[in-house]
Amino acid sequence: MATTLHSVLHSLRETKVWKSIFRRGPANTNRTRSLAVFGNLFLHWLPVKVREKSLRVRASYYLGSISFLLFIVLFVTGILLMFYYHPATPHAYRDMKDLQFVVSNGVFLRNLHRLAAHLMVFAVFWHMFHVFYRGGYKPPHEFNWVVGVVLLLVTLFLSYTGYLLPWDQLAFWAVTVGTNIISAMPLVGDKIRFLLLGGNIVGENALLRFYVLHVVILPLVAFLLIGIHFWRVQKDGGLTVKPKDDDGKE
Amino acid sequence: MEKNKIDTDISSDAKKEPRRVVFVTKKTSAKVVGDPGAQLMTYPHLLIREAIAFQVLVIAMVLVALLWDAPLEQLANPLLTPNPAKAPWYFLGLQELLHFFPPFVAGILIPTLVVIALVVIPYFNVNIEGEAIWAQRPSRNLRIVLITVIILLAFLAVFHAWTIFAPTALVAALLLFSYTVREGQKGWLNVLAMKSLSWWVMTWFIGVAVCLTVVGTFFRGPGWSWVWPWRTHVG
Repeated sequence: MATTLHSVLHSLRETKVWKSIFRRGPANTNRTRSLAVFGNLFLHWLPVKVREKSLRVRASYYLGSISFLLFIVLFVTGILLMFYYHPATPHAYRDMKDLQFVVSNGVFLRNLHRLAAHLMVFAVFWHMFHVFYRGGYKPPHEFNWVVGVVLLLVTLFLSYTGYLLPWDQLAFWAVTVGTNIISAMPLVGDKIRFLLLGGNIVGENALLRFYVLHVVILPLVAFLLIGIHFWRVQKDGGLTVKPKDDDGKE
Repeated sequence: MEKNKIDTDISSDAKKEPRRVVFVTKKTSAKVVGDPGAQLMTYPHLLIREAIAFQVLVIAMVLVALLWDAPLEQLANPLLTPNPAKAPWYFLGLQELLHFFPPFVAGILIPTLVVIALVVIPYFNVNIEGEAIWAQRPSRNLRIVLITVIILLAFLAVFHAWTIFAPTALVAALLLFSYTVREGQKGWLNVLAMKSLSWWVMTWFIGVAVCLTVVGTFFRGPGWSWVWPWRTHVG
């Protein structure tokens, strides 16, 4: 059975159509395996070869990859949630109730989005600390470390702007508490708060502004920075490998 | 079986790859760096591992999402303030800071300094060399550490910031204990003695951040008073 599947796949990869899409035949030589990476838009920022040590679980716990996966999950579930959401009061809250009682699997969708959001904040923090303790910020990785710090802030803002959208008591007061802190900034504090909320209180305008930040501006910024972050990993020579990794210990 | 063996099994990974032999910096003489070891093709070795990691994570998340519902409270009401009103968990450390310090210090100054400190880490040689904190001029470093720790702890005590005081004192105690390690000694204290200044600062920061977040999440009730999480429903 397995061999039949293999040979079917193999002959599929030899077809004209396959080759026209992937620009190569089966990836059975190092040349075609290299082509598989740099001939593919979605893989071309990866190096063609990686150090065996950097693949070990302890080298990264795959935290960067996991953060990215969580971002993709959030992107997909977020778009699905947008089909059911009006960024207006009090419709926003009614939409939450609709997700609960009317929409098929609406609760599941919201659960998954919320879970992935919390996990992403957690994973990004852990990723940063792990990179720090392995010395992954050291030259030539300095700039990528800085991009990573900015990505952490973008992640926090993404999560925070999303927190308001259900428009329940939890959302409203969490955002009220948070945005009141901005007023403590000398001179410009109140102005920045007004700009962010579109008014002096957390109201309809604030909901709309947080929505636009959450579904358009911040995801675009995140995508751009993630692209730079991945690309720089390769350009800066791959993951940091410690000499002590030989015995599997740090 | 032999007959159907497919081509993908035939070829192997690259045998020859460039190897870095020496690494020359301005200050030191040429030294041999550790062998970076074997290399593998990204396709399939890296991609299959990422695919497995992704699948495990997605399955786990779906299971949790099926079992655990996201909370939804009453409709937002500006006239009804919950007590305590809490920010999301990752900002509860900040909210705990606000309990001790004026809003400008806790909400603006400290977060800004933390972000700046994180950004500049790779641009200071002391962080790049990562030399053990007691390696050079230990008695001078001990004096600096002692003075810094005493001033910091006194400052926190003045503000009654005990939830910052506790992790700070713990990390400081470990740091000072590691000073007593003698050469050739084995064990966890010796491991600590080999750590650099940046390691200690980051560990202190994580210790404080985790402590504040846990306290803010579980141990704070009405009026930001101290509560025990297993007794929240009393009163």
